[in-house]
Amino acid sequence: MNSYEAIRSSIKAGDWLTLLLGILCVVLITLKLWNGEQADRAIIRSAGKIFKEVPLSRDTQIEVPGPLGISIINIEKGKARITSDPSPRQYCVRQGWLQQAGEIAICLPNQVSVELTGSQKKYDSLNY
Amino acid sequence: MTASTIKLTATPEDHHIAKMAAVALGLTVLENAIPSPLPGVKPGLANIVTLIVLARYGWRMAAWVSLLRVVAGSLLFGNFLAPGFFLSLSGAVFSLAALAISMHLPQRGFGAVTHSILAAFAHIAGQMMVVYLWLIPHSGIAYLIPIFATAALVFGTVNGIIAARFIDNVAQPNTEPHA
Repeated sequence: MNSYEAIRSSIKAGDWLTLLLGILCVVLITLKLWNGEQADRAIIRSAGKIFKEVPLSRDTQIEVPGPLGISIINIEKGKARITSDPSPRQYCVRQGWLQQAGEIAICLPNQVSVELTGSQKKYDSLNY
Repeated sequence: MTASTIKLTATPEDHHIAKMAAVALGLTVLENAIPSPLPGVKPGLANIVTLIVLARYGWRMAAWVSLLRVVAGSLLFGNFLAPGFFLSLSGAVFSLAALAISMHLPQRGFGAVTHSILAAFAHIAGQMMVVYLWLIPHSGIAYLIPIFATAALVFGTVNGIIAARFIDNVAQPNTEPHA
């Protein structure tokens, strides 16, 4: 009897069932807990106050005034991005499209931010 | 001055429990030498002993061995009554509860592997509950559950297979002449 057979012989039929159910549970738990939730709303803030809350279902362009000038936010196909911003380093523009709930782009110099939310808030490095 | 002596009478069963707990303790010490990628992810080799004791002598003795191992282990590592001790204890208690239920599954189809997997899941469930209710009351820890659940499944299966090999060897000593 080689070691492979030895291992097989020590697992009974019901054990295979338990193992299978265990794998299924782990996969389901992982998918549930690790998959970013699809976002359905964007919260646009200016100077810390909510400037506008828009659904992601409708394509639109929003102009948000800040201390440095106007930031332009685009919403397209359930995604959102800051298209243009007067901030010197352009971090929020280069962040590109936001798609998952909990994602956020912040233009600190112009005090403008876009945060995506789903039905439930997800944790990221900012609010973890 | 006369010295008063306290005499405890230990039954052969007590001796056996102590021996088994000592073996489990040895495995715990061995396991602590293995580096872990994440605190809390460890093979739980001592549970192999618990499973063998459960199969051979029943649940009561398995509970003794498991709980003695937790208390003695914490004294050995110096974390008695520290958070780590309560995590071990909650894991052991939940595992034993799971074993108390799973041992009533039909023995023909369900062996040590099933008991081991169920106990491993109960172990992390208990620990996560204590962590959440007492140590880190933040839903962010849910993010770690898939890692712990995967580890529980893998190590539970491996420990179960090892335990089943030992249990089988005693049941049919002639099938494994070289073992």
